[in-house]
Amino acid sequence: MRVIKCRKISAGRAEGLSLFSPAPISFFGTIDPLTSEVIEKNHPLYGQRIAGKILIYPTGRGSTVGSYVLYGLSRRGLAPKAIIMKEAEPIVAVGAIMADIPLVDRPESFDFKSGLHIIVDADRGEIIIP
Amino acid sequence: MYLTNKQEAILKGEEGWAKKKCLEIIVGLGEIYGADRLIPVASTQISGVSYKTLGEYGLQWVESLAPAKVVVPSTLNPAGMDLCCWLEMGVPEEFAEKQMRVIRAYERLGVITLCSCTPYLAGFAPRFGEHVAWSESSAVCFVNSFLGTRTNREGGPSALASAITGLTANYGLHLDENRKPTAIVKVSAKLFGLSDYSALGYLLGKAVQHDIPYLRGLPSLDVDEAKALSAAAAASGNLALFHAEGFTPESRVDISGVGERLHIDGRDVKEVYEELSTIRSGKIDLVAIGCPHASLAELKAAAALLNGKKVSPTSKLWFFTSLPVKVLAKRLGFIDIIEGAGGKVFTDCCMIVAPLERMGFTTIAVNSAKAALYAPTASKVDVVFTTFEKCVDIALEGRLV
Repeated sequence: MRVIKCRKISAGRAEGLSLFSPAPISFFGTIDPLTSEVIEKNHPLYGQRIAGKILIYPTGRGSTVGSYVLYGLSRRGLAPKAIIMKEAEPIVAVGAIMADIPLVDRPESFDFKSGLHIIVDADRGEIIIP
Repeated sequence: MYLTNKQEAILKGEEGWAKKKCLEIIVGLGEIYGADRLIPVASTQISGVSYKTLGEYGLQWVESLAPAKVVVPSTLNPAGMDLCCWLEMGVPEEFAEKQMRVIRAYERLGVITLCSCTPYLAGFAPRFGEHVAWSESSAVCFVNSFLGTRTNREGGPSALASAITGLTANYGLHLDENRKPTAIVKVSAKLFGLSDYSALGYLLGKAVQHDIPYLRGLPSLDVDEAKALSAAAAASGNLALFHAEGFTPESRVDISGVGERLHIDGRDVKEVYEELSTIRSGKIDLVAIGCPHASLAELKAAAALLNGKKVSPTSKLWFFTSLPVKVLAKRLGFIDIIEGAGGKVFTDCCMIVAPLERMGFTTIAVNSAKAALYAPTASKVDVVFTTFEKCVDIALEGRLV
């Protein structure tokens, strides 16, 4: 078992399979709000859905409307279970808090990949890979 | 981050779900920016009002916060339509229904439904040194720079969270050390009219992405000039604070050791008109003045130019302003003159957040660099950026002159 220390931004605990993006994500533009599919051409996750995943990506960008997109995804039951970022930014932080999605950033190391079984315990500031 | 016992109790939900979520937002942002504590705000100004930008889920979020109430005076950014005269604007009815749902949702929270990007011209001017949480980017830059108020550039949800909690996190432009000038910008351009100030702001915002500029050599800076400059600088480069030698309250600081970054001359300003215009000739569907919302002085100037004239039947001339300014302009006779010439003065909204693309417009003329920058993407129209006087001429002719 591996425990990676991190910083809590949005509270909660979640467990699931990771979806890793080496490229930034803008919830307004990169993600289809109706399906949770990555619709930005040339994005490394193009065509994949973020719903139900532990979404891991370096940083965010784009419009503040992105907070509402993340909130909307959760209202449709299409939100990621948790989010891990290298460095959180205000748009995703606000969206995650609105939607009760655990969000952590600044993990001690950022060597993730897709398909890992991961537990995010934001309240304790820990990412656990059993 | 240090939190008081009362704040801890709010986070535990002791004052209800809405207040808990809103304080979580404020604390979350404070964590990201390394704030040491939370500070009270005197007012808020909330963006995310036009249904076009807020959308269904944004609306549901605002609705979900009731029955919580805002605890400080809070006003709104422009909506997607004149809340009274939307039929005259040609706004689709189903849009109007959604828009009124947004307004009612904010009303239930106790927000003052003044929908304006210039609340400081409509009875809501913060004072020097006061901490506030405002989100309209042009107003943020204006109050920080021209009034010496302290606000970060909030997003809609965080400004609303500050309204409900009365708090913001102590970081960024709330702190002395982040407000000092870091780059001198020499202005040798002679500036004629508000569109020149807008063009200057556009250049300034683009050039100083991570600096607090100190402008030297501005010929003048009145309220309307500062409004135009702030709006364009905030739109082209996220600028939230500038200092102008001899004009702004925080410009009287030691600037020895601050280097000159940029020199803007008359030719640079002229070139912005070319750069931001996407068409050079032809018919113009709409001439739109009031980005940011037109002041009383601008409506007076419009009335003087339009007296006894007639807007072309193939074009429209629309002014956008705040409700209090329109009421005063009506009393002073400016509205009657503008309407007598075939123009319209709308309140609560603007050419960027109204659904222009669904109202049949394809070409617009503006005297605002911000509007010229945003309109092609926000409303899918071609745009001409020119002076106030030429805008009026275009409306009279119905085409570029």
